[in-house]
Amino acid sequence: MSHANNALERVTQVPGVRGSLVISAGDGLVVAERLMDGIDGRAIAALAGSLIQRLGRATLGAGMRIPTFVHLRGDQGSVLAAPGRNDLVLVALTGLNANLGLARVEMLDAVSHLS
Amino acid sequence: MRALEPWVVEPLQTFLTESSARLILLMTTSGQVVAQHGFARSFEVMTDAALGSAIVASTEELARLMGASRFGAVVHGGNRQSCLLAAFGTARGRWIGLVVFGPETSVGLIQLFFDQMVEDLVGAAPRETAAPPMLAENFERELDSSLKELFGR
Repeated sequence: MSHANNALERVTQVPGVRGSLVISAGDGLVVAERLMDGIDGRAIAALAGSLIQRLGRATLGAGMRIPTFVHLRGDQGSVLAAPGRNDLVLVALTGLNANLGLARVEMLDAVSHLS
Repeated sequence: MRALEPWVVEPLQTFLTESSARLILLMTTSGQVVAQHGFARSFEVMTDAALGSAIVASTEELARLMGASRFGAVVHGGNRQSCLLAAFGTARGRWIGLVVFGPETSVGLIQLFFDQMVEDLVGAAPRETAAPPMLAENFERELDSSLKELFGR
């Protein structure tokens, strides 16, 4: 659990990140979370888990590897996801003015330490 | 899908579409079936309703013994399919939902959309008095009648 908390700590320190979670993609459940009030971690885990699984199936079906990083850009901000080992996925929610490059670097490094 | 009361259909249909669940059974805590989707035979519904309501009664008693108010849901995970069982309050009394789902969806999605369905059902329920408690002498007749309506025979 300390690896998960360390990952969340690193990601949430990036300017513009509103929260982050470690989720189990197959179950769509929250493993650990650090979110601002009013953000429903359970819904994010369920929907992001499903998205990652479907993207994985789609890319494998297209003869490519499972994505190492997913960026969903919306009107109010972005959802970033970095799949790791053992079905774990590090997810971050950002505002419009977030430092997405730094968030990506931190997430990819942090997810490599998740067991 | 078959439902004894028409206002149940829309929330149930939305749940099925969003969650990709395979089967669902809505029943009262006494095991009377309110709606079902995916069951082919009435005896399966009867068995599952009886087992589902018994499991919920057992877990609620277990929660009471442990000093908890209630368990939110019971999930049985399997390789090919899993099952979620949860009780919730409506204007028509306490109901139970039994959902069977496969690996094409996830327990997180099922729980998320199940909670939304409960909110929709609570909002859609006509404001009438709760059904009177089921008496043993009426139970079989009521069960037969609801199963005939649910399976159209």
